Amino acid sequence: MSGEPVLELDEVTKVYGEEPPVAALRGVSFSIRQGELAAIVGPSGSGKSTLLHIMGTLERPSSGTVRIRGIDAERLDDRELSLLRAREIGFVFQQFFLAEHATVRENVADGLLYAGVPAPERYRRADEALERVGLSDRATFKPTKISGGQRQRVAIARALVGSPAIVLADEPTGNLDSRTGASIMDLLRELGAAGSTIVMITHDASLADQLPRQIRILDGQVVSDSRGDHDLTVAESEPS
Amino acid sequence: MSAASGRLSLKDGLRVASVGLRARRLRAALSALGIAIGTAAIVAVLGLSSSSQAGLLAEIDRLGTNMLTVEAGQTVTGQPVELPTEAPSRLTLLQDVQQVAHTGLIKGKGVYRSPIIPATQTGGLQVRAASLDLLTVLNTNVAEGSWLNPGTARVPVAVLGSVAAERLGIGAAFTGERVWLGGQWFDVVGVLESSPLAPDVDTSALIGYPAAKRYLGYLSLARGVRKAGPPSSIYVRADTDRVAATQPLLAPTANPREPDGVDVSQPSDALTARAAAAGAFNSLFLGLGVVALIVGAVGVANIMIISVLERRSEIGLRRALGATEGQIRMQFLTESILLAAIGGIAGVLAGIVATAVYASSKNWAIVVPVEAWAGGIASAILIGAAAGLLPAIRASRMSPTEALRTV
Repeated sequence: MSGEPVLELDEVTKVYGEEPPVAALRGVSFSIRQGELAAIVGPSGSGKSTLLHIMGTLERPSSGTVRIRGIDAERLDDRELSLLRAREIGFVFQQFFLAEHATVRENVADGLLYAGVPAPERYRRADEALERVGLSDRATFKPTKISGGQRQRVAIARALVGSPAIVLADEPTGNLDSRTGASIMDLLRELGAAGSTIVMITHDASLADQLPRQIRILDGQVVSDSRGDHDLTVAESEPS
Repeated sequence: MSAASGRLSLKDGLRVASVGLRARRLRAALSALGIAIGTAAIVAVLGLSSSSQAGLLAEIDRLGTNMLTVEAGQTVTGQPVELPTEAPSRLTLLQDVQQVAHTGLIKGKGVYRSPIIPATQTGGLQVRAASLDLLTVLNTNVAEGSWLNPGTARVPVAVLGSVAAERLGIGAAFTGERVWLGGQWFDVVGVLESSPLAPDVDTSALIGYPAAKRYLGYLSLARGVRKAGPPSSIYVRADTDRVAATQPLLAPTANPREPDGVDVSQPSDALTARAAAAGAFNSLFLGLGVVALIVGAVGVANIMIISVLERRSEIGLRRALGATEGQIRMQFLTESILLAAIGGIAGVLAGIVATAVYASSKNWAIVVPVEAWAGGIASAILIGAAAGLLPAIRASRMSPTEALRTV
C-alpha cells in the first residue's frame, strides 16, 4: 500500500505569539502515501489541531515545508492555495458544519463549489458521493431532518465529492455516541479500502488503533509513528 | 488539476450571497425596511412634485396660453384710468385677435346672503357686469344651472363664481336661492366652475351689462350716449402663434389717449410660474428621506457586522472548501448590496404607490421621474456597498483556523 506520497511534512514548526512565543509544533516530519489510512493521535494541547490546519493549508507553518502531491504550499498565494484546498483536500469536522437551509445533496455538491466545477457536474458527483456513504435516499432531506451519524456521513460525502488527494477528518466521531461513532469508523475503513487517502485526528487512542497507521504526537512533536519513513528525533519508528 | 480558476458563476455567487438573507428572513426584512423608508420618502417627494407640476401644466394646456388680459391701470402719477367703453370693440378689429370678452367691476356694490348682513362684510366678493361671451373666452363652464343670455342679462339675475358661491353658502341645490345685491334681490341662475385664468371671476357675482345699467346705475357717457360700462377687464384670445406680436398692440388700441394707463398681462405666465414652483420639490421632506436612508445604512452595516461574527464557522468552512479571501469578501459585500437593493426596490414601489394614490385623488397625471426611481435604487445599492465594505473586509481577513475554532 505504498503509493506516491500525497502529503509530506518536513521539519514543520509553528510558533504562536511574540512575547513569549509558544511553540505548537516543533520539527514535525512525516509523509502520507496515496491510499493510506492513518490516525494522528495525541492528548488535547499536543498540537494536533495546529497540525491539522497546517496539513490542510489553512495555516502556514513558521518554518519547514508542506507539500501536497509534490506542490510546496509555501510557494502558493491565497488564490492558488484556496484552489489547491478546493481540489486536493477534503475536510471532515467534529461539528459537521452543514448548511441547515440547503438539502443534503446541495451540501455535498457545495464541496465542489469553489473548485470551478459547473453545477450539473457538481450534482452528478454529489449523487455518487452520497451513494458511497450510503445516503442516496436522504438526498432531498434537510440536515436538520436526519440523525447525527447521517449528518457526519453527509460531511464525509462532501469531503469526498471532489476526489481529493487527501481527506482530513478532525475528531469525526467526537459528537456521536459510540455505536454511531463505530459505524463512521467502519465507513472510513471502507473508504480507505476503496482507495481514499484519509488522515483522522483524534485524542482517543482506541479509535486510532482501529486504523492501520498511528502517528502519536505530544508537545508538538511526533513521539511514535507505526509506519514512519522519516528519522524521528524523539522516538524510534516501529517497522510497519 | 486544471489551470481553470475556482471562480464562481454569477448564479452560484448570488446563491451564496443570499444564504444569510434566506436563513434570517425577518432580520433581513427589518434591516431592508430602513432603506425602504428612506427611498420611499425620496421617491414620493419627487413623484408628488412632478405630478402636481404635470397637473398644473395639463390645466394650462387645457385653458390655452393664448389669452391676454387688458385691465384698467394707473397713470404714471398714480391716477386710476378707466378703459373707454368702446375698447372691447376696438380690440376685435386687431388682425390676430380672435375673441374678446369683458367684465366691468361695479365699485361700491357688494353681494350678500340677506339684507340684514352689514354692508362692510363683503366677504371679499365683488359684483361684475359680464359680457355674454365671457365663458367661451375664459374656457370655463357652468358647474350648475345656466349662464346669462340676452334675456336674463336684462333682469335681476346673477351667476356666481365658484368661490363666491361657496362663501355665500350656495351649493348645488340653489333653485330659488337669491342674493342681496346692490340693494335688491337677484335670483341665482347658475354657478361657474373655477377659472384659473381669471381668478377675479371666481370671487364675483356676475350680472348682465343691461341689468347693471338698469338696476345698479352702472353707466358711462360715450360720445354723448349713456352706455353700460366701462369695462374694467378685457379678456382677449389671440392667434396662438401671434400672442407675442399682439401683446404690445393691445394697450394703445384699448386706450389710444392713455396707453400707459392700461395693464396688459398673460395669465398663463403666472400659472406656468406656479407650476415651476410646484415642481421644486419639498426640500424638508427630501432631507428627511436622506436622513432615513443614512439611518438605514447604519442599520445594514450593523446587521452585517453581527452576521459576520455569527457566521464565523461558515466562513471557516468555506475557506476549508477552497474559498479565497476575495470570494469571502465578495459574498458578504454582495449580501449587503442585495439587502439594500431589496429595500431600495421596495421603497421605490412604495413611493410610486404613494404618488399614484395622491395624484389620482387630485386628478393629476402620475409622474415619477426616472431620476427618482433609478436614483433611489442606485443610491440603495451604493449604500449597501458602503455599509457592507467594512464587514466584508473583516470576514475575508478572518483567519480560517480562528473561524473554525470558535464554535
